[in-house]
Amino acid sequence: MEFGPYLLLASLEGAVTAAVLALTAVGLSLVFGVMRVVNVAHGEFFMLGAVLAWWIATTLGGHPAVGFLAALVIAPVVVAAIAAVADMTVLKRIAYDPERTIVATIGLLYILQQLTLMTYGPEARPVEPPFNSRIALPWIERTAEGWQMYYPWGLATTSYKLAVIGAAVAVLLAVWALLARTRIGLLMRATQLDRDMATAFGIPVERVYALVFGLGAGLAALGAVLIVPIQQAHYLMGHDPLLLSFIVVIIGGLGSLPGTVVAAILIGLSDGIISVFFSPTLAKIIATLLVGFVLVFRPQGLFGTRAA
Amino acid sequence: MTKDQKGPASTTRRGALKTLAVGGAAAATLPLWARYTHAQSAAPIKIGFQVHRTGIGAAYGRWYDRTTQAAVRLINEAGGINGRPIEIVAEDDGTDAKRGAEVVEKFATQHNCDVAFGTLFSHVVIGSAPRAGELKIPYFVVSEGHHVASGMLNRYTLQPGITDVKSQVQAMAPFVSQNLGKKVTMIFPDFAFGHDHRDYFSAAMQAAGGEILELIAIPPTETSFTKYFPRIPRGTEVLYHVMVGPAVLTFVKELGEFFGPSRPEMFGFIDSLEAVDIASPGLEFLEGSYFWEGNPRHAQADQSPFDAFYREQVGVDARGASVSDPADVSTYAHMFGCWETLYVLKAGMEAAGYQGTGDRAKLIEAVEAMTDMPHSNEHPQGAKRFNGKTHQVFGHQYITQVQDGFLKLAHTTSIEDTLYPDEVDYTTQPL
Repeated sequence: MEFGPYLLLASLEGAVTAAVLALTAVGLSLVFGVMRVVNVAHGEFFMLGAVLAWWIATTLGGHPAVGFLAALVIAPVVVAAIAAVADMTVLKRIAYDPERTIVATIGLLYILQQLTLMTYGPEARPVEPPFNSRIALPWIERTAEGWQMYYPWGLATTSYKLAVIGAAVAVLLAVWALLARTRIGLLMRATQLDRDMATAFGIPVERVYALVFGLGAGLAALGAVLIVPIQQAHYLMGHDPLLLSFIVVIIGGLGSLPGTVVAAILIGLSDGIISVFFSPTLAKIIATLLVGFVLVFRPQGLFGTRAA
Repeated sequence: MTKDQKGPASTTRRGALKTLAVGGAAAATLPLWARYTHAQSAAPIKIGFQVHRTGIGAAYGRWYDRTTQAAVRLINEAGGINGRPIEIVAEDDGTDAKRGAEVVEKFATQHNCDVAFGTLFSHVVIGSAPRAGELKIPYFVVSEGHHVASGMLNRYTLQPGITDVKSQVQAMAPFVSQNLGKKVTMIFPDFAFGHDHRDYFSAAMQAAGGEILELIAIPPTETSFTKYFPRIPRGTEVLYHVMVGPAVLTFVKELGEFFGPSRPEMFGFIDSLEAVDIASPGLEFLEGSYFWEGNPRHAQADQSPFDAFYREQVGVDARGASVSDPADVSTYAHMFGCWETLYVLKAGMEAAGYQGTGDRAKLIEAVEAMTDMPHSNEHPQGAKRFNGKTHQVFGHQYITQVQDGFLKLAHTTSIEDTLYPDEVDYTTQPL
């Protein structure tokens, strides 16, 4: 394939990765920013979203769009509820102590993973996309008769992949609006700035924590519902999103939402482009190397503030 | 502390006499103990079944298990082996090489199994076989990898129920070059099994006058594939694909989305679609493409009575899915290997007069002495020829073409097409 179409295809693939990654990483970043909890079980909430999407879509049957839309609404809500319960029953009991929450969420990771294995099983199962048509993309090249448009072999995307990118952008805007324009967002930001002062002002910090933990998990689940028609639901699928989310959150700056989104796009696109031109392993190596450099030269992340 | 000191004082003369009496009674039965060792011959023969219940091989594991259970049930109903029933001791290896070696060790030392059996994924076999050799427990693999016949393993590892990749691809190459095209691009999983495809198909294709344009290796744990496909050169006449892992359906769907209406000729190993319904949405583009199948998944018009019997006993319908759930598609091209291996094991134990773990060496020698195995209920995939020196069996290979969503048999190779010169003589190794 020629360089131009090749790069376009790589960017499109990278954009899909970036879109889902941004949703997942924003969830992780939100939880860390507000609660100071490093949620190691975040990838399992992602996996639960995908598995529930399969379960809802199969239970409902009928047209693929019916099951998918139901999953898009129900799965994130159910996952958020599970996360909120986990917060109230586990994290609250250990007083959100940083070291102990890491160990607790590692435990949560294995409990969720093994429960899924015991009930859902080890198979990878597909969810049908609500719509999916191949869109061949044109490219221009210079021939003897001047510039001409043609359709290169393999340069194509699908309508569903474009919809994933669109949906992710819409959800991210909604999250931003929630944080910046609503009362509950104000409470979250107040809690993030100073927990004790927020308590003194009568903000129900514990309820805010449960809400934020649920919201973070729900965002991961939403990302998973969007990706599951492209990939498949599998009980081990939470591993890669967790790793990439941590990379993104560290590069973007822990707790910084704009930084997280920018880093997600950076990592998603570079993953797509480097994977296509060189190898997927190299893409992972470079991402990890970038994390190392950020930690050495700018520990607060690209967009983080040192005081945070 | 004071309580402890009461201990010795509690030994009374009466108590001591009782203990002596029990000991004496036990000693009196000593000759009877020896009789129980004879009675052991009615005890079950324990077969350690190393099964991929979890990990990337889970779909294969599920069907290897069902096939094994069906064969064991039949053998036991027919009187077992040397009059003793078979007992399957199943352990999950997580499709992981390190865990695989631990499972083999558990079979040998903890469960006291007579043999170990059933492994599919090549990295697990390669990881486990050295331990089986050290523990001197016969290890019957159902793996397809060339590692047995290549000589990299040991005398305790045998593959008598399924053919190896080298013989399979060698028999495929002439068909591909004569019917589909000369310029081939290969996509394969990046581990031992995929490397066998890469090395032996390339060599066989070049020998048949073909040319390999590009080799694309994909990690078996990969979940998204479009990013690899631009490396397929435009001059490709035939795309050769083989993929494993939980994401095979995504792999084939994304291939279809990549090519759109203008795909090259395609030749795939059915591994790319094992446990996946060929009628799944997004796979329509496969119409007219060819597949290697170890055993045709869809019942053919001229189906052998042996295949019909085997299908019924395992519980597989004419489309290769479970009779109880049409969405549960089998790994039909591979799982017959478990069935056939168990019958080889039965024949080997009977020929060796196998009594217990002390006869393991005799069992190995008895299997090494085997040669031709006729097409029968015991070998429903087809006739086989076992090579005792390389510990590898050879057999017919099937090429099917997708026609209206049906995998129709297009070509059957002879056993001779699959033979190659010996690379090892395991019989020279000590037992």
